[in-house]
Amino acid sequence: MVANIYDSMTSREIVDLLPYQAPFLFVDEVTAVDENSISGTYRYPKNSSFYQGHFKGNPITPGVILTETMAQIGLVALGIYIMGQGSEKLSDFQIALSSTEIDFYKPVYPDEIVRVKSQKEYFRFHKLKCAVEMYNAKNELVCRGKIAGMLKSKTD
Amino acid sequence: MDKEALIAELKEIIKPYVQDQEAFGNLTEDTHFITDLKINSANLVDIVLDTEDKYNIEIDNDSMDKMSDVKSAMGVIEEKIAAKG
Repeated sequence: MVANIYDSMTSREIVDLLPYQAPFLFVDEVTAVDENSISGTYRYPKNSSFYQGHFKGNPITPGVILTETMAQIGLVALGIYIMGQGSEKLSDFQIALSSTEIDFYKPVYPDEIVRVKSQKEYFRFHKLKCAVEMYNAKNELVCRGKIAGMLKSKTD
Repeated sequence: MDKEALIAELKEIIKPYVQDQEAFGNLTEDTHFITDLKINSANLVDIVLDTEDKYNIEIDNDSMDKMSDVKSAMGVIEEKIAAKG
């Protein structure tokens, strides 16, 4: 279901509320979201600075960047949506990554578009834990794992 | 449930999240989860969730805030078990 995103918060609103900006924003669009899951996409621009060093003469997207992309879409964007359903003042929240456990299956090259899917496992006592998967444009699994973080409004 | 048995069960729950093994070996009722065992706040949530599963109880935000050391955690567990009847 894509339509449900417009019930409350649009893709643009969620992306604008993310506490990141270039060169460390790895979300282009949220394509679907509800209380329990989210999907979103990102294209890695071929002029991204990390390609100059990873690897020498052989640009491949670093696993930490793939992990960050999964966390920004699968954890932070979903967390913003969920908190936006409550009464929390969303411009005033704090986040911290607490754990990642990711397996990698396929390389991602410059200019590739990836799609991240995330399923909430729980969001309790400010901790959001999700099962997150990333797919490439051929719909092949790129990486998969569990990511958790602490999300709360500063007034809590 | 007697106190020693409860401490032993609690130790099993917190064991996977402990960073300071020496403090864990010397654990008493006064052992603090964060300052002594060096457990982070995210793993403290896991301990609370594992405790809920183990005893089939529900721990609310106020009780969670109280669970900072072994003694207070035992108090919350006993209170919630008693409330179940």
